[in-house]
Amino acid sequence: MGLVEDMLKGDKRALSRVITLVENNSQNCEEILSKLYPHTGNSQIIGVTGPPGSGKSTLINHLVREFVRKGYKVGVLAIDPSSEFTGGALLGDRIRMLEVSLDSNVFIRSMGTRGTLGGISRKTKEVVRVLEAFGKDKIIIETIGAGQSDIEITRTAHTVIVVLTPETGDDVQVLKAGIMEIGDIYVVNKADIGNAEFMVEEIKALIASKSSNVSKEWTAPVIKASAKKKEGIRELVEQVEKHWNYLKVSGEINKLEERRVKNEVVDTLNRKISNYLLSKLESEFGKEIFDEILKRKESPYSVVNRLIKKFLC
Amino acid sequence: MMAEKIRVLLAKPGLDGHDRGIKVVARALRDSGMEVIYLGIRNTPEQIVETAIQEDVDVIGLSILSGSHMYHFPRILQLLKERKAEDIVVIGGGIIPQEDKEKLEKMGVKAIFGPGTSTQEIIKKIKELIGNKKN
Ligand SMILES: Nc1nc2c(ncn2[C@@H]2O[C@H](COP(=O)(O)OP(=O)(O)OP(=O)(O)O)[C@@H](O)[C@H]2O)c(=O)[nH]1
Ligand SMILES: [Mg+2]
Repeated sequence: MGLVEDMLKGDKRALSRVITLVENNSQNCEEILSKLYPHTGNSQIIGVTGPPGSGKSTLINHLVREFVRKGYKVGVLAIDPSSEFTGGALLGDRIRMLEVSLDSNVFIRSMGTRGTLGGISRKTKEVVRVLEAFGKDKIIIETIGAGQSDIEITRTAHTVIVVLTPETGDDVQVLKAGIMEIGDIYVVNKADIGNAEFMVEEIKALIASKSSNVSKEWTAPVIKASAKKKEGIRELVEQVEKHWNYLKVSGEINKLEERRVKNEVVDTLNRKISNYLLSKLESEFGKEIFDEILKRKESPYSVVNRLIKKFLC
Repeated sequence: MMAEKIRVLLAKPGLDGHDRGIKVVARALRDSGMEVIYLGIRNTPEQIVETAIQEDVDVIGLSILSGSHMYHFPRILQLLKERKAEDIVVIGGGIIPQEDKEKLEKMGVKAIFGPGTSTQEIIKKIKELIGNKKN
């Protein structure tokens, strides 16, 4: 299988194929990821989240352009929801990134959530690893976020950028939801069409009132921007770099990476052990086991404990 | 457990800016369970082929109403060949004279749909071309 080798040599088509194999959970997925793993761990992972239409993709386009100008290799993962009913998806983030899409140092990939809740799935995390192995210095993940599921992004990204607009201020739900707790950097975009100043002050006050931020040495900056008029971009790039630097100097990066690796182990363990035991459940006890539980002759706990005793001890 | 999806890139090369038709197709393909990467209007052949490769699509669907089909289709086929990606299926729609249609099909365009083709027909053809191993 030369695909991994070709990819590691810088072949874009091979990279693209590898991503598909990982995303499809193909048979050699784990083998591929294991081969790539030694090459990972050197990239800054940047999550960009915020309500639908707040300008995430347009901002990412500018961010990518500035990163490339600085000599970085950049990967973008743009995630959009898949339809729950049909499994299909309409992936349109790339339209906003056409300006940078032909640059040889840029690789952009669109992904549907394919049935997982939340903006970030296991597959997203694995594809991020693939991009790391490919040698991307900066990896940007775009996810729609306006609710509880946003916390997931903090488990993968080193730097989380939350993109809001002046109108978001009217939507108390958004400000109340988890989104105000996850940002390392806040952007109030579309400053050209609304009262951004007001929103900036509002967010600053919210950040200050959150006690969880007090102990940290990093206070999330709030940037006024207009992706349309290319305003605030330089400041955004500066803050992203500054945050990366902060993580390294403070040693925070080691904690984040340790947590990330731990999560990968725990997730893999959970999934594989549970699949393994589930496969044994029926072959061992037959379908009648659920009847036994229904009749209260067994409990879910006694069944699982019997399984564990038999197959894991 | 494998979870394959048919991935389709929809784009509109050339200068005309009518995107209503292609958007209808995009939604219909999504509703049939495919993943559609929508690239909007006025794309260059280079943008289209580069995107097709990065997104690892199975199909490129082009909408051409501007009369530039005898330039854009061959150019895209040629670029795919240069990138060793000629396995990606190219189909298209638009107002294309029968004579040109035959020429393009000879060059390797796998299906050409005239105006008024139902989205069901397009979906059926794509599934036929890609095979039923997916979805
Ligand atoms: N006026 C104004 N419009 C903007 C600005 N930034 C983005 N837009 C427009 O807002 C719309 C949505 O922009 P996107 O970049 O696609 O936003 P998004 O957050 O990626 O959207 P989703 O991925 O659909 O959630 C587009 O029509 C943009 O042109 C801005 O700074 N000012
Ligand atoms: Mg977007």
